[in-house]
Amino acid sequence: MQPEVDIDVQCYHCGQPCEDTTWQDDKPFCCVGCKTVYEILSANDLCDYYTYQQNPGIQLTKSIDESAYDYLNEPAIRQKLLTFNSETFGRVSFYVPTIHCVSCIWLLENLKRLDSGILKSEVNFARKHAVIDFNPEKISLARVASLMASVGYAPAITLDNDEKEKNTSSVFSADKQLIARLAIAGFCFGNVMLFSFPEYLGLEGDDSIKKIFSWLNVLLSIPVLVYADTDYLVSAWKSFKQRQINIDVPIAVGLIALFGRSLWEIVSGYGPGYFDSFTGLVFFLLVGRWFQSKTYQSLAFDRDFKSYFPLAVQRHEGTDWKPVVIYELRKGDEIKIRNMEIVPADSTVLAGEGFMDYSFVTGESKPVKISTGSYVYAGGRLIGLPVTLRVEKEISQSHLTSLWNNAIFKKPQESRYRKIIDKAAQRFTWIVLGIAILTAGYWYLADASQLWLIVTAVLMVACPCALALTTPFTYGNMLRQFGRHGLYLKNADIIERMAAVDALVFDKTGTITHGRKPVVSFTGSLSPVELANIRRLCSFSTHPLSTIISQALSQRGAGHVRDYKEIPARGIEARIGDDSYRVGSAGFTGVEHVADDSAAVVYVAINSAVRGYFQVKTSVRENLQPMIARWNGPVAMLSGDNESDRDRMRSLFGNDAQLLFNQNPHDKLNFISELQQSGKKVMMLGDGLNDSGALKQADVGIAVTDDTGVFTPSCDGILQGEKLPRLDQFINLSKSATTIVKSAFVLSFLYNAVAISFAVTGHLTPLIAAILMPLSSISVVLFTTLSVNFVASQYLKK
Amino acid sequence: MKIIILLIVISVTIAVVFLAIFYWSMKSGQYDDTYTPSVRMLFDEPKPSVEGEQKGNVKKTA
Repeated sequence: MQPEVDIDVQCYHCGQPCEDTTWQDDKPFCCVGCKTVYEILSANDLCDYYTYQQNPGIQLTKSIDESAYDYLNEPAIRQKLLTFNSETFGRVSFYVPTIHCVSCIWLLENLKRLDSGILKSEVNFARKHAVIDFNPEKISLARVASLMASVGYAPAITLDNDEKEKNTSSVFSADKQLIARLAIAGFCFGNVMLFSFPEYLGLEGDDSIKKIFSWLNVLLSIPVLVYADTDYLVSAWKSFKQRQINIDVPIAVGLIALFGRSLWEIVSGYGPGYFDSFTGLVFFLLVGRWFQSKTYQSLAFDRDFKSYFPLAVQRHEGTDWKPVVIYELRKGDEIKIRNMEIVPADSTVLAGEGFMDYSFVTGESKPVKISTGSYVYAGGRLIGLPVTLRVEKEISQSHLTSLWNNAIFKKPQESRYRKIIDKAAQRFTWIVLGIAILTAGYWYLADASQLWLIVTAVLMVACPCALALTTPFTYGNMLRQFGRHGLYLKNADIIERMAAVDALVFDKTGTITHGRKPVVSFTGSLSPVELANIRRLCSFSTHPLSTIISQALSQRGAGHVRDYKEIPARGIEARIGDDSYRVGSAGFTGVEHVADDSAAVVYVAINSAVRGYFQVKTSVRENLQPMIARWNGPVAMLSGDNESDRDRMRSLFGNDAQLLFNQNPHDKLNFISELQQSGKKVMMLGDGLNDSGALKQADVGIAVTDDTGVFTPSCDGILQGEKLPRLDQFINLSKSATTIVKSAFVLSFLYNAVAISFAVTGHLTPLIAAILMPLSSISVVLFTTLSVNFVASQYLKK
Repeated sequence: MKIIILLIVISVTIAVVFLAIFYWSMKSGQYDDTYTPSVRMLFDEPKPSVEGEQKGNVKKTA
């Protein structure tokens, strides 16, 4: 059924097309939620919110429960969240995923006008964080959070991200340190060049001034040696101790040779030294490193289950329910979970019934019915009325969380790979060493007094600066291109691993299928008015299928509902006008012949006559089939769901693909590692917590999501769901990045060859060094940047 | 030619001062968020009264 929406009227608040339009101050609103937000804002004279951006609002999907944030008032939790805390002053930093526009910034920074207890609020747009200063005597932390939620900016609170928050704010981060080093190197490079000008121009003149200039150069080079280039020296030393050669080894050797030789020249009065080349080299290297270090600040790539789980739950203590941090839950505790809340630990249901949505945890797409006595697993989301649970296992021992005890989560992933640049560096280093020894041999026989000068010159120019710039600029540019097209990678090294990928493994629920956009089809006949009535009825029910049906129907104008009754596990009935409606299971509506049980089916009967049924199926993302067909290599699909979708998946994946169902998180991880043992480089695409192990184990783990604001498991990259059909293009592009890197290697080797030929013959003057070095660096940067952008535009156009 | 030494001392000193200022600005977090402040400075001061009543009607309240 094609949902028809009236696009004439747009909600003044959120810009969604209006259905049940309600009007307020001559402005249309799509729902009560949006109208309420507008009322709050207009009552506080905050309507400027709507002037900075059109329809800036966020549709409130669920009503705000005033008590939902009460747990924030518990001292233990407060303590963890607040970055500053005193009697009259508190500071908290909230991650607010819904921040998206100028109006958001404006409203959040004017929160103080909503409540006088809020002293100041400041938004960091890039990180989607809001730092709020408030007066705890006037407003509680819970109230701050619920106030934000009431205007559509609900903070996402987990223990995980606030711990990280505190860490990054207190130390001088690696990012900043790099910039500080870059600044020093740039400063010294510029000044050293100025003082080298007389040398460049070959000016004759006062020798004492030349001497002063030389010593100033020495002074300016010392900070570069002891501060700016330490990363290279340390890394080279480490890899040298491990008897391995990475790219930093020849760089460090070159740097030390440059500095030592130059210092000797100045001390002995032999010449002006190569300090301009030395500082310039470090400067260019750091620029490359900085260029490569592009990060997506608002995205998190390292989340584990802790960020998905709630911070606190209601625990039964004596006669009272009190919020408690989930880590303090012990076996036997009684806890209460409300609608849409997540179960923090494996438990049994003591009282109540409802549905448990495990789609994110197991991949099972259909919610499971639970009732007193059922065992529920951590990570499930409750749909329905509140239930009471008894905790059976502590958080870390749960069925799901035990996945994180796997060894794969303990070792750093980077160490498992040897980068292409380091392989090249190894060969390069041996060649240079060979040349140096041969040259030494020749000059020892020809003119022994020149020996050391020549050998140091060889080592100096052999410093693979241009080579070291190839990968940062190729991958850095590639990273930006990917980001522009909806694939956000954790860092540039991932591209290299992506290029090697030759097997794809997909998760089903949420990856191949849309997570929250099922297809509803109706078989039978109903008039628009009847459909409208059914929509109204379904919207009263909290049953997941009802919600889906009411969202899928667009007919409006339902009659007055009387005698509404919801019979658990059977369906809903009510009277509208003169007709009695029944919507629900086959038995409930009096259907004898069951049509199809591969999908969820909801029957409709009006006045005891069966009129047809709704079928609810998860929908497969569009255009996936061509992409899978284009991909030549093993493909597999792992699903935590049952086999009901096998035929549909088979037609999507073709006959060669491996399709495995009923896979638990450990199975998925093992499948990947078996594939790797057979020599494959695997890319895993998943979205849920159940894929975490597989994502981590895979050579490249990509999380697929439709909204980058929501939780994604720990991964190497985040891909927008709608861009999944381009996956093969992304992989091909990363393969061409490798080609570009290799051609740039050739280019930079040529420069090195020219420089070395100057060096071995003893003609390497500081001037030649000062010309060759920047020239080679700049041409490599230009070459890689231009070719990456060209190739990307070829692959990713359309 | 002595003067050139004085000039160099002055120029290097100035350069070092700027380097120090850059350092300080970075350390104090001025580059942490380069987008929000650019938007923030364009926000109007809160208006005291409802639309329609134009200027001439007092300044801000708080």
